[in-house]
Amino acid sequence: MAEKMKLEIVTPYSKVLDELVDEVTTTGKLGEFSVLPGHAPFLTSLSIGELCYKKDGVAVCMAHNWGYFEINDDKIIVLVETAERSDEIDVERAKAALGRAEDALKKLVPEDKQFKVYEAALQRALIRMQVAGKAARK
Amino acid sequence: MASLKSIKKRIVSVKNTRQITKAMKMVSAAKLRRAQENVVAARPYALKMGEVLQSLTGTLEGDLHPLLEKRDAKKLLLIVMTSDRGLCGGFNSNLCKAGERFLKDKQGEFESISVMTVGRKGYEFLKNRHTIHKNFSNIISKPNYQAAAMLAQDVIDGYLAEDYDQVVLLFNSFRTVMSQDITFQQLLPVVPEEQGSTDEAGVEYIYEPSVGELLAEILPKNIEVQIFKAMLESVAGEHGARMTAMDSASKNASEMIGKLTLQYNRARQAAITTELMEIISGAESIKG
Repeated sequence: MAEKMKLEIVTPYSKVLDELVDEVTTTGKLGEFSVLPGHAPFLTSLSIGELCYKKDGVAVCMAHNWGYFEINDDKIIVLVETAERSDEIDVERAKAALGRAEDALKKLVPEDKQFKVYEAALQRALIRMQVAGKAARK
Repeated sequence: MASLKSIKKRIVSVKNTRQITKAMKMVSAAKLRRAQENVVAARPYALKMGEVLQSLTGTLEGDLHPLLEKRDAKKLLLIVMTSDRGLCGGFNSNLCKAGERFLKDKQGEFESISVMTVGRKGYEFLKNRHTIHKNFSNIISKPNYQAAAMLAQDVIDGYLAEDYDQVVLLFNSFRTVMSQDITFQQLLPVVPEEQGSTDEAGVEYIYEPSVGELLAEILPKNIEVQIFKAMLESVAGEHGARMTAMDSASKNASEMIGKLTLQYNRARQAAITTELMEIISGAESIKG
């Protein structure tokens, strides 16, 4: 397949990625989805999850935070608060964060304001570890 | 004429001051570069966010989100964003004065005006003149997205609870190293940007979930981004202002040292002359 899509990943701190790719798989609000070149214009929100893209047969995965996904005319723009490549993730830190979030959640009830914050932190840590784990296995 | 010793002392003290201002200038220059990089790095995100928002509001008709809705503006919130530290020329005071003027102008229009400050300097300036609704210090010197998100959440909560009907952010935007623009920006209600005349709305997007739901998520995020951007610009402006202020302070110190040295040399010359005269006249009187 000669056609490629231009994938741009932007966070408030920097432009993480700007590359031509073959396939993108990511976690939307309503579940995981993939896009291939020639996709219809599409706009959705992303939840905390994993984004993988394939370029020349090589898959690269990233852990991402809340964000947006837009594809139009084979140009993909991903707006996320954070995005980390699998080899950039600090597993130790993620583990520590996981422990902290678990401890905090045990003490809280779902009605607390902080509950959501820690729940998100827990999810982030889990995703980070999952993505980092994949990289280690390869 | 001041004594030799006292002039010497002053020269030394001015020299010390110059050393400090020079060092501060260097530090600011380095920090400015980093702050500028951050501003540039954040730009694409804000830009893209604006584009997405525009394409969303463009398709939306009638059914508005609470953050877009225009209410009768009775209660105003002004957020004044300054720096935590001083010694940066007119950076903070100009901004605070502009804020004062703004508040005075608006006093008649609104039933109540609340003030929120970000940064210690603005708080200290305004606390004696107005009741400060809330103050956020220590978040501006190292801007991060979480802090901006926290602030945005606070503002949005207040807006939805109808504590205020209009929110205006006042900050120094970064124009060049030498100059900052005092900027008033309306945060809430969100004013959707006018669609450009080059109509690109021909693209029909598939939205998932619905437009309304997407909008409900993106609007608060947009506020966060706006605040974050303002923070970054303000920090870059602060370092720029400090750099120029310290540069002129160093120059003034050098000038002062020049003047004092001249004075010192004159005093020394005068002292030598009087001493010589005394010796000569003493010798003359012995001779005679």
